[in-house]
Amino acid sequence: MQYHLNYNFVWKYADRLAWGLVLSLELAVISIAIGCVIGLTLAVLSQGARRPVRFVIGMYVEFVRNVPLLLLVYLVFYGIPSIGGFAYDATTSFVITLSIYAGAYLVEVFRAGLEAIPKGLIDAGRAIGLTPVQRVLYVQLPTMFRIVLPSLSNAFISLFKDTSLATVLAVPELMFGANWIYTNTFRIVEVWTVVAPIYLVTGFVLLGGLRLLERRFAIGRR
Amino acid sequence: MSVSEPLVKVRGVTKAFGSNNVLNGVDLDVPRGSVVSIIGASGSGKTTLLRCVNLLESYDSGSIEVDGVEVGYDIADGRRRPRGERDLARIRADIGMVFQMFNLFPHLTATENVMLGLRKVRGMAKAEARATAEQWLVRVGLGDKLASLPIEMSGGQQQRVGIARAVAMNPKVLLLDEITSALDPELVGEVLKVVRELARDGMTMMLVTHEMSFARDVSSRVVFMDGGRVAVEGTPREVFGAPAQSERLRGFLARIELREV
Ligand SMILES: Nc1ncnc2c1ncn2[C@@H]1O[C@H](COP(=O)(O)OP(=O)(O)O)[C@@H](O)[C@H]1O
Ligand SMILES: [Mg+2]
Repeated sequence: MQYHLNYNFVWKYADRLAWGLVLSLELAVISIAIGCVIGLTLAVLSQGARRPVRFVIGMYVEFVRNVPLLLLVYLVFYGIPSIGGFAYDATTSFVITLSIYAGAYLVEVFRAGLEAIPKGLIDAGRAIGLTPVQRVLYVQLPTMFRIVLPSLSNAFISLFKDTSLATVLAVPELMFGANWIYTNTFRIVEVWTVVAPIYLVTGFVLLGGLRLLERRFAIGRR
Repeated sequence: MSVSEPLVKVRGVTKAFGSNNVLNGVDLDVPRGSVVSIIGASGSGKTTLLRCVNLLESYDSGSIEVDGVEVGYDIADGRRRPRGERDLARIRADIGMVFQMFNLFPHLTATENVMLGLRKVRGMAKAEARATAEQWLVRVGLGDKLASLPIEMSGGQQQRVGIARAVAMNPKVLLLDEITSALDPELVGEVLKVVRELARDGMTMMLVTHEMSFARDVSSRVVFMDGGRVAVEGTPREVFGAPAQSERLRGFLARIELREV
């Protein structure tokens, strides 16, 4: 039996892919934003923190990094309601998972960023009489932001691809849209030859945009 | 307190990094309006001494007073407690420092580098801070670089921003640590010129330098440090003119002269 390519089925449901892509991007943006808050907070906390604090942060990072993301997705969606009682809708649950996951990676990124701030800049801040909080706000964070921007870009692209796991919770993101079309039309080749380039091109465009941003904020630039 | 009391008074200061005793009882006076140059071989503790004066490093014993206030310790009911960060910030605001590697904030323009302390530490309104910053930058010859980022400036220009950033705070004393040693030789002059002008205007300065002819011209007193102590102290004429009093100083000066040729 010969397989005839027919893309009409894909075009017919193109809106599912379009809205799926939008949701994927939303999931990635929200997760990296929350992940940044988690990562930055823990990175700052662990600077000069006591042993137990650093240990707890280290446990979190190691746990998340050494467990498959899919398992985390299930754990948060099925596990938390079963022990704690509060259940979230699938999308919220997935955002929580991806944020926790992003946070664990970003702790390390921010910690490295903080360490990469030239000591002389901190001395300069102290020498003009800035308080520790002012030094963090006006010297350390702006400098660190420029140092970690490339790593943040990479993390974001990576998270964007990871949003595809939300399909297992029936969150209607891009992968779920693709799965839906496939199960309803059985046009597997057509679906994947369309969806793969969507991921690819979107990733590429994002990367290009982020590289532009990086250049604008390159060390020493504004 | 009398006006003739030295602005900076260092007495018996010691400082160790682990088992490395870097300062071994330093005594030093910096009278108001005077320039004290500190010379000495690499590793003799010059940088550490300056950094103790504005508490970028703590000192272990002895005392450092700036304008009659012990900088490192709070002496309350006979007990000596290291000062907290808030206290330190307040004290440091009145002590300017210019660094060997400039240490300009890389994300801020020349004007913004100078404005930061004026705004956040002195609490100046934005317009006033900007005007003050620009005035100082013009004075150090950077009127055409106000909006430039550090990366867009030469070393000599960056260092002049560094000086403007420190003096704009209107410090009681200015600490300068080998501020020309990271510069290409042709850029040294423009920076030293600014320091000369500050000296002429009566700015009190402690400066560490390897530029011996500059030290000779600009200083009221010259201090030769050796092994974490003040080994020789006197007027430039005394120190450079008759170094015979110290074998170590003579050796040091000979090595420096050779390098300068
Ligand atoms: N932060 C530090 N930690 C440990 N040792 C230090 C530190 N800073 C300076 N030292 C040591 O203190 C000694 C004096 O250094 P420094 O004050 O920089 O001398 P100088 O400025 O005269 O060259 C050197 O042996 C140096 O290695
Ligand atoms: Mg030094």
